[in-house]
Amino acid sequence: MDWSFFVEVLVGGLLAGVMYSLVALGFVLIYKASGVFNFAQGAMVFAAALVFARLREKGVGLLPAALLTLALLVAFAFGVEKLVLRPLVNQPPIALFMATIGLAFLIEGIAQGVLGAQVHSLDIGVSDVPIQVRGIAISKFDLFSAGVAAILVAALALFFSRTRTGRALRAVADDHQAALAVGIPLQRIWAIVWSVAGFVALVAGVLWGCRIGVQFSLTFLALKALPVLILGGFESIPGAIVGGLIVGASEKLAEVYLGPRIGSGLENWFPYVLAVVFLLVRPEGLFGERRIERV
Amino acid sequence: MERSERIGDVILSVEGVSLSFGGVRALDDVSLEVREREICAVIGPNGAGKSSLLNVVNAVYRPQKGVVRFLFKGVERRPTHPQAAARLGIARTFQNIALFKGMSALDNLMTGRYLKMHSTLLEQALYWGRGQREEIRHRRKVEEVIDFLQIEAIRKTPVGRLPYGLQKRVELGRALAAEPRLLLLDEPMAGMNLEEKQDMCRFILDVNDQFDTTIVLIEHDMAVVMDISDRVAVLDYGRKIADGPPDDVRGNPKVIEAYLGVAS
Repeated sequence: MDWSFFVEVLVGGLLAGVMYSLVALGFVLIYKASGVFNFAQGAMVFAAALVFARLREKGVGLLPAALLTLALLVAFAFGVEKLVLRPLVNQPPIALFMATIGLAFLIEGIAQGVLGAQVHSLDIGVSDVPIQVRGIAISKFDLFSAGVAAILVAALALFFSRTRTGRALRAVADDHQAALAVGIPLQRIWAIVWSVAGFVALVAGVLWGCRIGVQFSLTFLALKALPVLILGGFESIPGAIVGGLIVGASEKLAEVYLGPRIGSGLENWFPYVLAVVFLLVRPEGLFGERRIERV
Repeated sequence: MERSERIGDVILSVEGVSLSFGGVRALDDVSLEVREREICAVIGPNGAGKSSLLNVVNAVYRPQKGVVRFLFKGVERRPTHPQAAARLGIARTFQNIALFKGMSALDNLMTGRYLKMHSTLLEQALYWGRGQREEIRHRRKVEEVIDFLQIEAIRKTPVGRLPYGLQKRVELGRALAAEPRLLLLDEPMAGMNLEEKQDMCRFILDVNDQFDTTIVLIEHDMAVVMDISDRVAVLDYGRKIADGPPDDVRGNPKVIEAYLGVAS
């Protein structure tokens, strides 16, 4: 067996996995704070990337374009809280889930209606050329996005564990009634968490947009995030990262080593098989909070 | 100082409160006054409306009739939602423990300080300047509460894994972290063994004594209630049937009837 080839595939897979982690992270944030599985996360990634790409095409600088898009996403977050979440307080989670499905179609429709449906290319000045590290080719762009993801995750982890608002976000996720009694404003917290998820969607959208172009298929990334979440656990930020890495690495390795034997196209379904196995063995995921139900 | 000398003016006044859910009358024209630094117990058979009364006090429920007034420092306030009640200095615990189960005991207590912290989101995110100073100062305060309740050993444990008695103690800690003026305890000793009950009694008395906190508690254990309360109010079928010092209430024929079902 050719080891350097193996390592090259593995590293390529891990770096691709980081990109999955970024998308999964958006789901985890909202799930942690409101117990809602936000089906619209994929649409948010797409819309954020589309707005950013159009602003860039109009000649807006990198940073101003990012800030403008972020402002739009924050406004969107507060709108969602007021118009969707607030009227649905105390409804079962499935009602909220359905609402986010509606939201997904709304975002996709409006984004394409207003900004057009053609594919946009996106360039943020980091080239996708392979560099050689000890004889192994690694994409420079992949390294860059892995670095961005690492910083983002470290910052979020600290924010959640060390700050008042971070703790309030976790508290709201655990027990609404108790959070209210302590004096935590639910509505504000939800708006904040949707804003943060919007920010993560922007980062993921821009990185993916550079890679595969800003197009409708970005919304399908949400589906790839599902096995990541099942592997890592729905409420764990480290879980989203490790889950993403496992999915990225395993699908590439499976494609390269199993593909020739059982047919190619393996990487499209392999993560889901992995997820099913995990559901059987460890349904709370690698890092999920294992809850002990007392009877 | 004698207990009776410590008790001050009325700070909580429930006046003619009626609350019903559909056709069920949970509270029927209930009035109750609680004085500063008092420990007031609310007792009654199951379904008498005790928890409903507590929920009306911290504005979880809005009664159809009557008002709840707070008189802190001579200023009258009528909170309309739980968050406003918390801002006035009313903290509470719940009958079925409502802790943030995935978080450590320490983090649970820190959430109790939420309203006392004022740094902006940006300051917190950067963990710099006021954000950092505030975090350190409040952490110190929380450590004091942890010392007070003797839960040092479990401060980093996710509370979901703690035994029941300790969870109750952490929940009390979260309420205390807010430095409340009025503390509402919904069955703080339910399901505890004798030793845990004694500990909890001691904590309640110490809180009242050291921090001058006014306490309203619901409890089923009569021995405990008679021991620690300055005053006992008795509810039955949503009505208040007695209110007074423990010894008077104990001998009240209506109370005996409600509890034992004996016709007087």
